[in-house]
Amino acid sequence: MKLIYGITATAFALALWQGIVTITGLPRFILPGPGLVAQTWWENRGIILEHATVTAAEVLLGLAIGTVLGILTAIQLAASAQTRLLVQPILVFTQALPVFALAPLLTLWLGYGLWSKVAMAVLIIYFPVTSAFLDGLQRTPTGYLDLAKTMQASPMRVLWHIRIPAALPSLASGLRLAAVYAPIGAVIGEWVGASRGLGYLMLLANGRAKTDLMFAALLTLGAFSILLHFAVVRMTRRLGEHAAQAHP
Amino acid sequence: MKTVPGISVSGHAEINGASLFDHTVLDLVAGQWTCLLGGSGVGKTTILRLIAGLQTGADFKGEITASDNMSIPARTAYMAQNDLLLPWASVKHNITLGARLRGEPANADAVDELIEWVQLTNHAHKKPGQLSGGQRQRVALARTLLEDKPIILLDEPFSALDAQTRTQMQDLAVELLAGRTVLMVTHDPAEAARLGHTIAVLSSTGICISEPPATPIPREIDAMQTLRCQAALLKLLLGEVA
Repeated sequence: MKLIYGITATAFALALWQGIVTITGLPRFILPGPGLVAQTWWENRGIILEHATVTAAEVLLGLAIGTVLGILTAIQLAASAQTRLLVQPILVFTQALPVFALAPLLTLWLGYGLWSKVAMAVLIIYFPVTSAFLDGLQRTPTGYLDLAKTMQASPMRVLWHIRIPAALPSLASGLRLAAVYAPIGAVIGEWVGASRGLGYLMLLANGRAKTDLMFAALLTLGAFSILLHFAVVRMTRRLGEHAAQAHP
Repeated sequence: MKTVPGISVSGHAEINGASLFDHTVLDLVAGQWTCLLGGSGVGKTTILRLIAGLQTGADFKGEITASDNMSIPARTAYMAQNDLLLPWASVKHNITLGARLRGEPANADAVDELIEWVQLTNHAHKKPGQLSGGQRQRVALARTLLEDKPIILLDEPFSALDAQTRTQMQDLAVELLAGRTVLMVTHDPAEAARLGHTIAVLSSTGICISEPPATPIPREIDAMQTLRCQAALLKLLLGEVA
């Protein structure tokens, strides 16, 4: 059923797109039609997929590193109120800085290669993962904590056996957000300075008025992001499982 | 199980300067059931939480002592209206939670025996979400028992169950908690009339000890004495409202 809706929506979007091209008669370097874009994609599939692989590697590395860092930070902050008071303002401050503005710096520091883009992806997902998980860790149902207290539990064991498992659904929603943000980070990194990747290919195509190639790269990025989103939703489903049956 | 102490609570409590209950004396007799009966908001749960050493939000002035003068909170096991089962853990893992939280190994034989006592042998590997309300409270009861503490604090543990399941749980709890000092907070006169060796009715003006029937607990639900006691308790509660 869901698939039918998806196909219908896609077909509608394509028809609308073609309709606009046909009615307005815009030149192909302003707005190429879906047919032309498909043809360009097929003719350039080798290059596009090569660049897509680079972007995918950046995104996946960024997701993995950002997730691990976010989880560790959240646990550390949840374990110590002092650290939390100290670090939380810094976290918010870094989040207030637009990551876009940092991209040139990262390229300066880490070079034109893979790692400046990975760093961008990490920076952009680190905060949502940390704050979603930390939020979950600080919202452990008080009944559990009372029970643990009467059981003479140590704070560390309460964290491990109760607070972390109870916060996994929150972590799962943080990760789903991260899956959407990570490709944005990587592509911004590629725009600022790169010699490979879909972002680089888009800039290149744009500069040469090859709008059809630009669209082909853009749609490839979109398809990758959607696949990534569904993969992460699938993988985090088990984490969020007990949220449905949770109780205070 | 170590020695079973009696407990004496004496004092008054305030919330933000307003009196929650005036000077109150409550004695829990060692090895017996004391039912603390009262309407909502009179501080029943506060008294129970004070004994357990949990936060209450109330300002308590007075003292809580054990008959052997040793510390109380470490010797209590606590069971609440909400079963507090961890939804991600199996029945067995929920029952052994206390041992895991203290980093001790759980006594596997004792665990299996307990699961049998509460008739959950076929459910030991299920998650709480797959159980009925009565089964969940039996898991919570088994978890409380495995703690093997001499003082048991029950905060309306059966109030969310249907009438027949509640009655069965009362029978099971009396059987399995025999010999321990039990404080049961309840708002149900019928429950207090069935289970209390001592029945204390708490109101904002203090505590009033009601004489229960001399029959052993759990008392017959259809015994005249039980019903009369239940009616007397209800009248006490009503009088307090009027």
